[in-house]
Amino acid sequence: MNRPGLASACAAMLRRDLTLAWRRRGDIAMPVLYALIVTMLFPFALGPEDTLLQRIAGGVVLVTVLLAMLLALDAMFASDIEDGSLEQLVLAPQPLALMLGMKILAHWLATALPLIVIAPLMAAMLHLPGAVIPVLLLALALATPLLSLLGAVLVALTAGTRRSGMLLALMLLPLCVPAVIFAAGAVAAAQQGLPWFAPVAWLAAALVLAVVLAPLACAAALRIALDA
Amino acid sequence: MASWIPLWLHKLGSPPTFYRFAGVLQPWAMAMALLLGAIGLYGGLVLAPADYQQGDAYRIIFIHVPSAWMSMFIYAVMGVASFIALVWRIKLAEVVAMESAPIGAAFTFITLVTGSLWGKPMWGTWWTWDARLTSELVLLFLFLGVIGLYHAFEDRRQGARAAAFLAIIGIINVPIVHFSVNWWNTLHQGSTVNVFGQSKISGAMLWPLLTVTLATKFYYAASLFRRARTDLLDLESGKDWVRRIAEGEAGR
Repeated sequence: MNRPGLASACAAMLRRDLTLAWRRRGDIAMPVLYALIVTMLFPFALGPEDTLLQRIAGGVVLVTVLLAMLLALDAMFASDIEDGSLEQLVLAPQPLALMLGMKILAHWLATALPLIVIAPLMAAMLHLPGAVIPVLLLALALATPLLSLLGAVLVALTAGTRRSGMLLALMLLPLCVPAVIFAAGAVAAAQQGLPWFAPVAWLAAALVLAVVLAPLACAAALRIALDA
Repeated sequence: MASWIPLWLHKLGSPPTFYRFAGVLQPWAMAMALLLGAIGLYGGLVLAPADYQQGDAYRIIFIHVPSAWMSMFIYAVMGVASFIALVWRIKLAEVVAMESAPIGAAFTFITLVTGSLWGKPMWGTWWTWDARLTSELVLLFLFLGVIGLYHAFEDRRQGARAAAFLAIIGIINVPIVHFSVNWWNTLHQGSTVNVFGQSKISGAMLWPLLTVTLATKFYYAASLFRRARTDLLDLESGKDWVRRIAEGEAGR
């Protein structure tokens, strides 16, 4: 039996998940729409005052993106569990952690990337100064993969349960606190004209750690959750 | 020489042995908790002098600090038991980890409530987004997450294993959260009691504090034993030793 190489297996996994995501384009649009609606509601609730909106813009965009990602997180493994392909993946000769890493990458490309693309629009709606937007995008580019990786571990843990939406939010909150603090810290520092590199460096360090550890933890969690 | 110790520990891991062992110790632990609690609270609320700065309001420390210590201690116990449960798949370790979670959540909740009661006269506010307060709140959510995940599974042992994994992730997370919120904002006073070096507290206030802390430890043991016994009966229902206990109860 000829077994496909590791690289081609990874590529096949990525291609399969991206194709599946593309076939369900409506699902990709949902988090983006949600984020836009939430951002739009803030001026209505707080009043259209420029200075106030400017001050909260960075935090609002970050939290909105986080919530939109949480909305999409639930579906990461759902269809694969339903049709049994996740069990096949667990049984496959390739290392499970690597395959799950590819799934997480595909999920990030399908949900977080569109959110990063519209983040400048959301920031502009709240009058965030143009000079700060690159820092916001950098913080988002580091914080969203971190959230995807951490979220994947928790989704894997809840894979054996029926309803997990609220539970997922409860479990993700403690894990995402540092990411939110550092991402928002970088944006706030940039807005005040202070050096913003340190929090971004911390985010990058956390991301490197998560890239190495989270797929392994995700694989372990999935084995626990599917071992009925 | 002392080869009976590992053997005894090994035997203690079996549910019927632990059931009997916990049944014997539980009333004693509860009695010690009540006795020490009464002595410590009398010492703290009546005998100890008032603080020169905070007056009598500081006396809430005798509830606040022991429960804060317990909240972290129980999380550590839960983490260690979770690790044992995942690595060696010992049923008793799963029970100990999962039954510790509600007790720990209760202590964390007490810490937050007494802290906010203390904060009102001292800082002039019920709640502030200070580093230690926020860490404690995050700890509460970690406990609640573990409890929630445990109950989300239909198979209890599988739920216990999943929740144990979450508890271990939480243990890695706690220092990161603590460090990041420290960097973010700090108002809370530093530690007053130091294990190594001189404590910044008078002896008249220290002994009641340590007595109440011991009382909470005994209370935790008593509560854990009681919960674990109930849980073991439920988990092992259908086994012979449970049937014998049930028949004994019915015969009385």
